[in-house]
Formats: sequence, C-alpha cells, structure tokens
Amino acid sequence: MKDAYDVIVVGGGPSGAVAARFAAEGGASVLLIEKRQEVGDPIRCAEGVGTGDLDKYLDIEDRWIAAPIKGATIYVPGAAPIKMRAKDENQIYGYILERKIFDRALVERAAKAGVEVYTKTSATGLIMKDGRVAGVKIKRLGEEKEVMANVVIGADGVESKVGRWGGINTTLKPADIETGVQYLMTGIDIDEDNVEFFMGSEYAPGGYVWIFPKGKGRANVGIGLLGSKIKEGGRPIDFLNRFVESRFPNGKIIEMNYDGVPVSGGIDKIYGAGLMLVGDAAQLSDPITGGGIKHGLWSGELAGRNAAEAVASGDFSEKSMKKYQKAWEEKGGKIMSRDLILKNYYIDMSDEEATKVAQAVEGVDFTGVLDVSQLVKILAKVDKKLLLKLGANQLGL
Amino acid sequence: MTVIINRNKCGYCGACVAVCPTMALDLKEVWIDVDESLCNGCSTCKKVCPIGAIEVQR
Ligand SMILES: Cc1cc2nc3c(=O)[nH]c(=O)nc-3n(C[C@H](O)[C@H](O)[C@H](O)COP(=O)(O)OP(=O)(O)OC[C@H]3O[C@@H](n4cnc5c(N)ncnc54)[C@H](O)[C@@H]3O)c2cc1C
Ligand code: SF4
Ligand code: SF4
Repeated sequence: MKDAYDVIVVGGGPSGAVAARFAAEGGASVLLIEKRQEVGDPIRCAEGVGTGDLDKYLDIEDRWIAAPIKGATIYVPGAAPIKMRAKDENQIYGYILERKIFDRALVERAAKAGVEVYTKTSATGLIMKDGRVAGVKIKRLGEEKEVMANVVIGADGVESKVGRWGGINTTLKPADIETGVQYLMTGIDIDEDNVEFFMGSEYAPGGYVWIFPKGKGRANVGIGLLGSKIKEGGRPIDFLNRFVESRFPNGKIIEMNYDGVPVSGGIDKIYGAGLMLVGDAAQLSDPITGGGIKHGLWSGELAGRNAAEAVASGDFSEKSMKKYQKAWEEKGGKIMSRDLILKNYYIDMSDEEATKVAQAVEGVDFTGVLDVSQLVKILAKVDKKLLLKLGANQLGL
Repeated sequence: MTVIINRNKCGYCGACVAVCPTMALDLKEVWIDVDESLCNGCSTCKKVCPIGAIEVQR
C-alpha cells in the first residue's frame, strides 16, 4: 500500500467496486479497501436484480447467475394472487445472483482497471485538512496507517461511518431501515423461474416475505420488516420461522443471513469537499423494494467518473463533488421519490385495504407487467387513494 | 449503560450500527464492538435487531 492515492474507496460491495473501477478507468490512481476477509461474504441480500443494463458493469456469466427469472407472483390475503409474467415465455427479465461470486467479479473487474485492492483492511476515520477530506485512517491486520487522497468515496454499506466522520449525518431512524432474516433453503418445491412475495400482517406486518429461487430446489426465503414496526416476540426471525415451518416443513436451511437495508429514500446531501457517498452508504436503495444493487452500480459509476474528472481538473471542492449528486438525481431521483411515496403508502395500509385493492384487480391480465412502474399504473386505476398520492407525474415514470 | 450483544445469536448484519445515534457500535468482521462510554441507553439498536440479540441494561 502506498502513502497516497488520487482516490480511496471504502467498501468492496457492488457500489464501491464500480466506483473504484470507473475512477481508475478515468485515469486516477485508486485504492479500494474492504474490512472483511472475503469480498461478498456473508451476503446481506435476496440477490434479485433486473437484467436491464447489467452488462454495462460485467460481461454476463453463468458463474454468478443462480437462476434466470421470468415472472413474479404477489400474494395478498383474501384475494387471488397477482401473477406477473413476460409476454414472451422465453423472456428473462431478472436474475437471482450468486452475490458472493458477483461481488467478487466486480472487484476483479476493478483490479483489472488498475485499482489496488486490500481486504481485511478497515477505515477507522477520515483525515481532514483545510476543511476538506484529505485521506483515510486505515487499520490493516492490527496495524494503523494514514493514507492520503484527494477524493474519498464512502461505499461502506448500511453500517456506513464515512459520511458521519465527514460531517454528514447518515444515522438511520427505525422507520428508515428494513431489517430481515433470510434462509437459503434446499430440498423445497418451488417454481424455478418465478419469484414470490407474501404480504399481510399474518406474514409480515410492515414488510413482506419473499421466495427467490436459486436453482435445483434451492431458494432464498426471507423477510424484511420496517424497524419501527418490530415488536418483541414479533421480530423478523419469529415471522420467518413460522412461514418456513408451515410452507417448507421438510426443507433444510443451509445458510442463514441477517440484514438491514436503508429505505429512507436517500439523504439530502451525499457529498462534501473531497467526499462522495454511494450505494447503501448514501441510502440509495429503493424504499419500496429494498433493491440496492442497481442503484449501487449506478451511483458507483457516477461517483467514480466524477472522481476521475476532479482528479483531472484538480478541483476537489464541494462544488466539484456536487456534480455527482446532480448526476445521481437525474438518473435515479424520480424513481426514488415515487417509491418513497409508495413505501409510506404501503406501510400504513391495513390488510382490509390491501385485500380490497387486490380483489379489484382480480380480472386483470398482468402478462407483460414486469416492474413497479407498470404495476403501479394498474393499481392506481382501482385505488383512488394511491392515485391521489402519486399524481400524474409519478405515474408517467 | 451496558449493551450486551449475544455473540452466539448475532449474525453481524450491522443494522444496529446503522441506527445507533452515538456511534457507540462498530461492526468488525464477525462481531459488534461496543464503546460503552458513548452509549446513551436509547435502545434503538435493540429495537431493530432482526433476531433479538441485544440487551440494554440501564
Ligand atoms: C434483506 C435484504 C434483501 C435485499 N435484497 C435485495 C435484492 O433482492 N436485490 C437488490 O438489488 N438489493 C437487495 N438488497 C439491498 C442490497 O443488498 C444492498 O443495497 C447492496 O448490497 C448495497 O451495495 P453497497 O455496495 O452499497 O453496500 P454493501 O454491499 O453492503 O457493501 C459495503 C461494504 O463495505 C464494507 N465496509 C463497511 N465499513 C467498512 C470500513 N470501515 N472499512 C472498510 N470496509 C468497510 C463492508 O464490509 C461491505 O463489504 C437487500 C437488502 C436486504 C437487507
Ligand atoms: S442488529 Fe442484531 S444481528 Fe445485526 S449486527 Fe446488530 S446485534 Fe447482530
Ligand atoms: S442503546 Fe442507543 S446509544 Fe447505546 S448502543 Fe444502542 S443505539 Fe447506541
């Protein structure tokens, strides 16, 4: 490890790996540090991602795809299931990943671009100079070191401290975090190309249960609940155990993961002088789906590119870092604000209200409906309250 | 203020670290470090833990 780099990225998840890569490809010298001994392990994720522009970040490879996905079913108590399916039976619109391999592939891609990578290496603080971030205090295998940099990118996930060290308050309120438990199960009978969601207070008050297939009779079976809705005796693990016992009594659990994802809809300021925050560290995960991989990749790319530009121009001021936030808002801002409305709407919805909406769409054909935007358009037709909350702008997304 | 994390239960997800207003908690690789001098006993960490691995004693 050198004593100074143009850019230091803290955290080797998807957002950090991509930020590091794009900064290096833009000509900067880049250090990526990851506190864990292994990139990508343990996972904190249900591993679902839309195909979309994924190939911009990695060549599509079988080794990190557990299952291609062609449909989704949403179960609401007291109504027929909502079955979303592509028009063309062969169309794959998402993957369930092997994130342990996917995350590593992204870091390998960064390394190929010239990024220096160190695992088992933590950031323990920031070095400030003349009112701006000037480097990172690092602890590697018990040894402390100060490494200087003109730009620091905080990609340190839900437990992020980089922002807080840099004067940005990223502490999450219980109503802004969804915490969960997930089991990787084997020997269970499921649709191998369809994801399933279970709503309602019996399964998951203020959240939902998911089944994401991972091929060969395996699936991620998990639950996420809003922190503010968690009660003693009604923790995510209690609900998940009940679900699994009734639904998959003979299934075997071969991996357990606990997790938390920000659902705040983002924070006001995701930059400072010499500082940018990406992915979960900036709370960019989607507030209604909890999906954060894509937003991590997108924000990582934008921050990485902006870091390289700052290095080229020698301008590390707040104004220069702010360009990243502007770029992010153009890319993901509208979806984030719509989905924050949806989250607030959903968490206060009673079972009866949900049943009524689901019953009202019982005759509707959901073939060709593949994402939140399309689903919401249909639901808003029968749910006037939802229509009012969203307005025409957000329905057009 | 004492925060006791049951290491045998904890799955090192970091949710407690994310909500702690005083930065009293830190996720090391596979455990949570508690700096009791910073803890104010608010119990927010205990509230959000998905499995109930935290006890806060006042
Ligand atoms: C229950 C659950 C289910 C989810 N399901 C999905 C899903 O199906 N699809 C989806 O798209 N998203 C999902 N997500 C969200 C997704 O997992 C995250 O949004 C995504 O991992 C964020 O990527 P990241 O790179 O920002 O952060 P992370 O992947 O969390 O990476 C952060 C990295 O930083 C490291 N780090 C932290 N602090 C330091 C430090 N001080 N020094 C060095 N390194 C540090 C960590 O060890 C970690 O490796 C889910 C989340 C949860 C909780
Ligand atoms: S929230 Fe609970 S399971 Fe997660 S790291 Fe904290 S104590 Fe461990
Ligand atoms: S009780 Fe409050 S201050 Fe103490 S560790 Fe938990 S969240 Fe932090």
